[in-house]
Amino acid sequence: MANYSTNEFRAGLKVMLDGEPCSILENEFVKPGKGQAFNRVKLRNLNTGRVWERTFRSGETLEGADVMDRTMEYLYTDGEFWYFMEPDTFEQYQADAKAVGDAHMWLKEQDRCEVTLYNGSPLSVAPPNFVELEIIETDPGLKGDTASGGSKPATLSTGAVVKVPLFLSQGEVIRVDTRTGEYQGRAGKS
Amino acid sequence: MNWRPGADTGRLRARAELLAQIRRFFLDRDVLEVETPLLCQAGITDPAIEPLRVDRGRSVRAPRYLQTSPEYAMKRLLAAGSGPIFQVARAFRDGEAGSRHNPEFTLLEWYRPGFDHHQLMAETAELVCKCLGTRGQEKYSYRELFRETLDIDPFVASLDALEALARQHLDLGGMSGDRDLWLDLLMSHLIEPQLKTRGLCFVYDYPATQAALARVVESDGVPVGERFELYVDGIELANGYCELTDPTEQRARCERDNARRREHGLPEHPLDEALLAAMAHGLPPCSGVALGVDRLLMLATGATDIREVLAFDWERA
Repeated sequence: MANYSTNEFRAGLKVMLDGEPCSILENEFVKPGKGQAFNRVKLRNLNTGRVWERTFRSGETLEGADVMDRTMEYLYTDGEFWYFMEPDTFEQYQADAKAVGDAHMWLKEQDRCEVTLYNGSPLSVAPPNFVELEIIETDPGLKGDTASGGSKPATLSTGAVVKVPLFLSQGEVIRVDTRTGEYQGRAGKS
Repeated sequence: MNWRPGADTGRLRARAELLAQIRRFFLDRDVLEVETPLLCQAGITDPAIEPLRVDRGRSVRAPRYLQTSPEYAMKRLLAAGSGPIFQVARAFRDGEAGSRHNPEFTLLEWYRPGFDHHQLMAETAELVCKCLGTRGQEKYSYRELFRETLDIDPFVASLDALEALARQHLDLGGMSGDRDLWLDLLMSHLIEPQLKTRGLCFVYDYPATQAALARVVESDGVPVGERFELYVDGIELANGYCELTDPTEQRARCERDNARRREHGLPEHPLDEALLAAMAHGLPPCSGVALGVDRLLMLATGATDIREVLAFDWERA
């Protein structure tokens, strides 16, 4: 991989830091007029998700990381691995629980996800921002109660539990924002 | 290609007003406005500042350097008997880009024969308060500031102690360097953020190794460079000196700079022989200061990024 100098650090650039693949979030150039120049860099460790703040001398270099974001179709899980396919090449990838993380709550077969590959293997999986999932368990719906503003927990087909309005019942398909885990409405409406 | 300016019309107007205010300030004080060349035969030797070079052109027989500040030329005018002078000049510094840096920027630089650096700090405060409105003012020696904010004496603490303090607060990986590296790091990363709430804050009498072109004197048993920096709301705005006038010492510092450039694999730059000749003729005792006009405009208009106050920043230029 190419080496990148501090002046080439941009948000989104993937680099290796202390053996860990990282994505650069921010790069601040700090230089007293008569002193030495530094770059104060915020990075996300793509293995752990943790944000790292490291100061470099300007002009230092880091090796690029072989990290790529790909849109893939989610196929299925066998309980140990989750399988994804690149739609153009039909190439399949298996992701372990660490790579899938909390995304497993939102994975529905045939949905498109962002899979981050590191040295060719899935490092992390981001579900679509919005998913449509069926309610498989919730208290019986209170017909006509669309105004009281109350809510109840509902278990979805993927196992996720979200708060939904009282009038919804089992078997209905709802739209959820995966970033917040919040109910957005019935599927097919907005 | 984005052809539009980065600064809105309000900020373009604020710049014009600021420049008018600066000129009025010096006109009232009988300080003469001058203009000096931007493209000169000598660059700067300071290892922390890199000039941009122009190598080609029918008029270019040897490489020319875009000036990193108008300092050398203005000192030649002083040696020739100009009296107090000021200049609003474009300056260029290679590789300096960020939220407070643009490789091409505007400097206000002025020189006061007969002033020491404390008198010049007072005048700088007057100008800045005229432009930004009156604000609180504080003044610390470099030593006092380190003692007060970090509880360490920058002149006597060991290199290991400085490094340990920096590492206690910052993730620095395998960074290594001399005393000045650790001092610069502590100043810019730990002290500067604490100055945000202090209005105008002058810091003066720097370690002799950071004197740049300031006179070095003995103070409190240690050699200090009679240099000052002005921070406004934590933003470094101006850098001034009680000027070094001794040509022998000036030559020695430039040669030391070039030696450090060699050590660090940086290009060496020719010494400005015209400046050295002017100093040999006699630079009057004086103090001078350079102030970042773009940053002053940022403070005046509440901008957080220098690109908001430049018509066209480096990427749009």
